Amino acid sequence: MTDALKITDLSKTFPVGRSLFGNPTGTVKAVHPLTLTVLQGETLGIVGESGCGKSTLARMLVGLLEPSTGHIEIEGAALDNADPAEFGKRIQYVFQDPISSLNPRKTIRQIMEAPLKLLHNMPAAERSRRISEIFASVNLREEFLDRYPHEFSGGQAQRIGIARALAAKARILILDEPVSALDVSVQAQVLNLLADLRREFDLTYLFISHDLAVVEAVSDRIAVLYFGSVVEVGPAEEVFAAPKHPYTKLLADSAPVVGRPLTAPEAEGTELPDPLNPPSGCAFAARCPNATDKCRSETPRLAPLGKGTTVACFHPILD
Amino acid sequence: MTAFFVLLARNRLALLGGIVLACVVFLALITPILPLADPDVTNTSNRFQPVFLDGALLGTDHLGRDLLSRVMWGTRLSLAVGFAAAIAAATIGAAIGIIAGYYGGRTDNIIMRGVDMLMAFPYILLALAIVAALGPGLFNALIAVAAVNVPFFARNIRGITVGIANKEFVDAARLAGMSNSRIILSEILPNVIPVIVIAMSTTIGWMILETAGLSFLGLGSQPPQADLGSMLGEARSALITNPHTSIVPGIMILIIVMSINLLGDGVRDALDPRLKSGALSRPMAATRVDRAETPPAASGVGLLEVKALETQFHVKNRIYRAVGGVDLHVEKGECLGIIGESGSGKSVTALSIMGLVASPPGVITGGAAYYDGEDLIGAPYRRLRDMRGRNVSYIFQDPLATLHPLYRVGDQLIEAIRAHRPIGKAEGRAKAIELLKAVRIPNAEKRINDYPHEMSGGMRQRVGIAMALANDPDIIIADEPTTALDVTVQAQVLTILDELRRSRGLAIVFITHDFGVVAQLCDRVAVMYAGRIVEEGATTDILDAPRHPYTARLMACVPELGGGKRRLEAIPGLPPVVDKLPEGCAFAERCDRVQPDCRSGGIALVRKDGRGVRCVHPVDTREAAE
Repeated sequence: MTDALKITDLSKTFPVGRSLFGNPTGTVKAVHPLTLTVLQGETLGIVGESGCGKSTLARMLVGLLEPSTGHIEIEGAALDNADPAEFGKRIQYVFQDPISSLNPRKTIRQIMEAPLKLLHNMPAAERSRRISEIFASVNLREEFLDRYPHEFSGGQAQRIGIARALAAKARILILDEPVSALDVSVQAQVLNLLADLRREFDLTYLFISHDLAVVEAVSDRIAVLYFGSVVEVGPAEEVFAAPKHPYTKLLADSAPVVGRPLTAPEAEGTELPDPLNPPSGCAFAARCPNATDKCRSETPRLAPLGKGTTVACFHPILD
Repeated sequence: MTAFFVLLARNRLALLGGIVLACVVFLALITPILPLADPDVTNTSNRFQPVFLDGALLGTDHLGRDLLSRVMWGTRLSLAVGFAAAIAAATIGAAIGIIAGYYGGRTDNIIMRGVDMLMAFPYILLALAIVAALGPGLFNALIAVAAVNVPFFARNIRGITVGIANKEFVDAARLAGMSNSRIILSEILPNVIPVIVIAMSTTIGWMILETAGLSFLGLGSQPPQADLGSMLGEARSALITNPHTSIVPGIMILIIVMSINLLGDGVRDALDPRLKSGALSRPMAATRVDRAETPPAASGVGLLEVKALETQFHVKNRIYRAVGGVDLHVEKGECLGIIGESGSGKSVTALSIMGLVASPPGVITGGAAYYDGEDLIGAPYRRLRDMRGRNVSYIFQDPLATLHPLYRVGDQLIEAIRAHRPIGKAEGRAKAIELLKAVRIPNAEKRINDYPHEMSGGMRQRVGIAMALANDPDIIIADEPTTALDVTVQAQVLTILDELRRSRGLAIVFITHDFGVVAQLCDRVAVMYAGRIVEEGATTDILDAPRHPYTARLMACVPELGGGKRRLEAIPGLPPVVDKLPEGCAFAERCDRVQPDCRSGGIALVRKDGRGVRCVHPVDTREAAE
């Protein structure tokens, strides 16, 4: 398989605070230099808690945010100019909140036509044919096209969002929490639709979510993000079943599971590291039961451990 | 659009203002064809004629000109200048505001500092300076008034634009290949136009006054041309001897500005999205209760017993049956879970107990909620207020929204205690620290002085729990308290709640959509669908062998950690809208076990051995266990 998406040392630093003359008083590293490859036709799940940089990463990948360092390579061609229109033909984005990602004052047809017209210069007749095709593949009725976004339920609106992403003919989709705003019964409809579309159009997905079970159910591989860095990457069936990084284990143990008694998996009062004043060494050291002095002074790098798994830890969990 | 006019017409004062303004505008428009005397012809022998005279209905001025005619022509001019100035100011101001708000950063900074500088001058001084530079004249007065009002529009529109420019649909437009100018015109502008209209409708009267002010000072319209301000200015010297020359244009200004302002307020209210939904007034302190039948008597089970509770939302002429007859009870020290999807009525059930559903549009139309034998539905507001927080308290989903951003968390905790009993400063502080320690906030003595924004989401929710505990209630109703939290934090918060109920004998009603959470925390669980309980029983029984097809299928939809990559079960279709509930079972449309008898009659919740199922063809126990 070929690489659909390759990112090298991609990072993002935001200026924070403002002095009297508008100069930033500090910086926050939202994403630390990060290297990842996504294979053609693969679903890579990205999990992490709020503030771990997963949305920043996603926005850089579609050109909505300019990276501070690093390169993005899509299907072998570099794209470094942070121009969403340039990115849009090759990589598209499905938003978390389906309703607010649709302009309330436009009809669905107007929304669907924009990428066809602007990215592919399609003539009107061809546009309407293409929209019918796409709507058929996401199981939406064509009569919806002349309605406004507020007339749709969350699940329908999310299918419209997916249809819009497909219209751009991109082969890679960034799915940023695509089902977290939906009810469980509808969530499954959308996830299954995504799986069907992937097979039908040979798409590559980057599936971002905080819901471990959902990520596990849809992904081939999973990358765990903590404090702007990847701490573990591995096959979906192994990452949470046999976590190697202590943080992955903490996540897996915290997820409420039917049949597991309620225990706080972590000592009380642990706080996340402060992004304005990041700790030296491993960012997880303060919460880690296995932390040693080495962890507090040196930053661990991602290293292979076993088949297909890489982990950034000096003391990985070995069973 | 029609909805807008209906809403506008419902506001009597706005309607009055609209009618008066329409008359004035109409008269001003037809002034040239009315049989009026020439407004500029002087006749000094007839000066200062009183009102109601033949030939000059409103008398004449100091040069013997017909006042009626001058007022009509003056109104025409003043209105035209006022509207023109408003449109000019709105167009330029909105353009500046949109550009500043959309591009942000340095562009925004430079533009807005310029606008700030304009605003630093008193408006009349600025207008005088502009007219002084350009020379007197009505057109220059128009420019001055428009220029003075540009900053108001620019600031207003910029604020709105900043909010819209960060919306996801703008990002989506970028990804669809739209250029910045295209995004501004097709994505941003349609969404700010209502705000521009509101700002215009509330300032146009002001601009007419400003134009009249400049004319009054002799800087606007030049003699002999009449506008309302210059008429006043010319009449000033005869104010005492011939007051009618001042009163006539004065009343006209009053009528115009009053009617415009009344109409403007009405337009603003009618365009406000909160009012569009039909809630025209602020909610009452407690939910309205309108029970047709006498509520069922308490059966004496549990500390809190809800009987046949029905809550509806009356919006315009639709009735949404959010809760359609719910029976629940919770014992001391017990945790009852209510699980359901959005719109299933789980939150409304919980809020109805203490009369916290917003009214209008909410109405409790039936049933009772017995707390220790006392019916809370229909209890006087004083009694409810006394019990809220002390006997039954709530924890809500979003702690950032429930805590006041401007007060320290400690002060908010002390206030929660003070609402029920007087407490001294030192004692209050000690109690607040104790509460924070009870929810295991590290370093409570220091964190008591934090503001809500200084805390993480998990810490804030702990403060929310501490506040719910402040008056040692017997029952806590927790409405999705961990949904907004990360999993690691969720586990901590759930542990705290579990320990509290065991150590204090608290009864918890826990509302959630997460089966995993229910399994870990709740003793019993009730599953809700379309405003009714479809299944209830001990948590383990239901999770091991769900009997209602909805419960079974909903559980199958939820992926469980450790299952690897797989296809998920889905329930086709959507829950019914609760203003059009079908006859029979509400789930029938989506159910794969549906039979003809599912679609007729009311289906009762059949209870047996602590297990209740509302289904004609429930899943067999043996079948379900497999």
